[in-house]
Order: sequence, then C-alpha cells, then structure tokens
Amino acid sequence: MTCTDFLKELTDYLDATIDASTQAELEDHLAWCHNCYVICNTTKKTIEIYRDSQLYELPDDLRTRLQVAILSKCTAKKKKSTT
Amino acid sequence: MAIIEQKARDTASDELALVQAAKRGDVSAFEQLVKRYDRNIFRIAQHITQNREDAEDVVQDAFLKAYENLEQFQGNSKFYTWLVRIAVNESLMKLRRRRSDRTVSLDEDIQTEEDSMPREVADWSPNPEQLYKQGELKDILRKTIQGLPASFRTVFVLRDVEGLSTEETAEALDLSIPAVKSRLLRARLQLRERLNKYFRKPKGGEGKK
Repeated sequence: MTCTDFLKELTDYLDATIDASTQAELEDHLAWCHNCYVICNTTKKTIEIYRDSQLYELPDDLRTRLQVAILSKCTAKKKKSTT
Repeated sequence: MAIIEQKARDTASDELALVQAAKRGDVSAFEQLVKRYDRNIFRIAQHITQNREDAEDVVQDAFLKAYENLEQFQGNSKFYTWLVRIAVNESLMKLRRRRSDRTVSLDEDIQTEEDSMPREVADWSPNPEQLYKQGELKDILRKTIQGLPASFRTVFVLRDVEGLSTEETAEALDLSIPAVKSRLLRARLQLRERLNKYFRKPKGGEGKK
C-alpha cells in the first residue's frame, strides 16, 4: 500500500466504515509509515477540535427572539389558511 | 447498543407524531420541532454563510418554509434531514447574494485532488487546543474553516460537526455518496494542513509555550 492509497481510505478508516481486511492493510501501513501516522492522528484531532469547539452557539436571548418570530409567522399563516 | 437503538426509534416515532400533528395545524407541535433543532440549524447556517445576520434569517426562513411545505414531507427521510436540506439551500442563497460576483454552489469543486494532498507533515503538540485561550482558539478555528470552499465547508459541518451520517449528508445536499466522501476527505485534509501552523510541535520543544 502506498501513501496515496492510504490517504484515499483515510476518511473511511477514521469513520470506522471499512472492511476488516482493508483496515488491517491500513494499520500495517501505519505501523511503518511515520508521515501517514502523523497525518492520520492530526486529521483525527482536527475533527475532534471542531466537533468540540462550539464555534457558533445560539445565545438564549436570540434563541427566544427567533422562536417567537417563527411561531408568530406560523400562527399567522395558519389563520390565513383557515379563513 | 439495544438501548441506544430503542431510544433512536422512540425519537423517530415521536418526531413523526409531532410532524403529523403540525400537518394538521397544531402549531405547538411544530414549536417542539423548532425547539429541538433551532440550535443545529443556526450552527449550520452560520458555518455556511459566515454571517450572523444571515444565519438568523436562515433559521427563520428555513422553519417557516418547512412549516409551509409540511405536506410535501413524505416521511421517507428524517424530518431533521429534510429541514437541513432546506436550511442549506437558504444559506447558499444568502451566500450567493453577498458574493454576487461569483457563483456559489455545492458543485463548486475548483480545486484538484492534489490541492488537498498534505504538503507539510509535522506532528502536533499534545493537546494542541490547550495552547491557546478559548477565545483565541475559536478565532483560529473560524478563520481556518472560512478559507474552505463552501462545498467542502458544508459537507464537513454536516458530517463532522453535526454528526449526520454520510447517507444523510448525501440526501440533504443532493450529492452522491462518493461525492460526499471525496469532499469530506479534502475538507478534513485542508483544515488539518491549515491548522499546522498553529498546532505543530516546534523543533526541539514540546509546544508553543
């Protein structure tokens, strides 16, 4: 397995959606290829950091304001359709 | 595992019941769906549009559009996947309006495979997220993801931030599964490459500090 082959399978490997024999081949490659080992670990870390980052949380006051606006439009829409 | 699966089934059937009630005109049932998913839709919209006001508009427009078109929701997919699809389309429309000089679409695929190939292979410091204060780290992450093409950013956010499956992402974005996988790989590798300069282990040292 070459490094290019490894990278092609990286997403499935990280998502654990890979068959057992390909997984064994990838792990065999990782055992001796330091570059792919580093790329694999740092890509995994990239995903974890973004997943845990809470970059764009909806503040409570804005959330309430949006909910009120949405539901009042839905209620108006309902009234219009029943009249 | 059986408990988790049972819980997922319960959530799905409860969701379907709420959708059915909302279809019959029960606004309070729809309110529960809004409360269940508004945070997710806001995050997705803000990631795609990169603009707070646009994200607020998308949340309102997406839910209203969903409400108006509930009859068209057939229940073949999850309500959430259907809602995400509406929100992504609304977000891309906002992005197009802001960048009227260029086309933005999910077919945007301007870079070649080689552009995603790692150029720098440097190991990172252990716990690299602890090298920066929380606000500083968030700025780095925002700036980094903003640099990705919208098509890559969207796939990454749905799969890796929001946790949709590959199949759900493909359905929400109207892409094939291989297209989702290809964009996801390239998004992940490009983000990793761009984060290198912040997180790499300095030569002969243990980290930034």
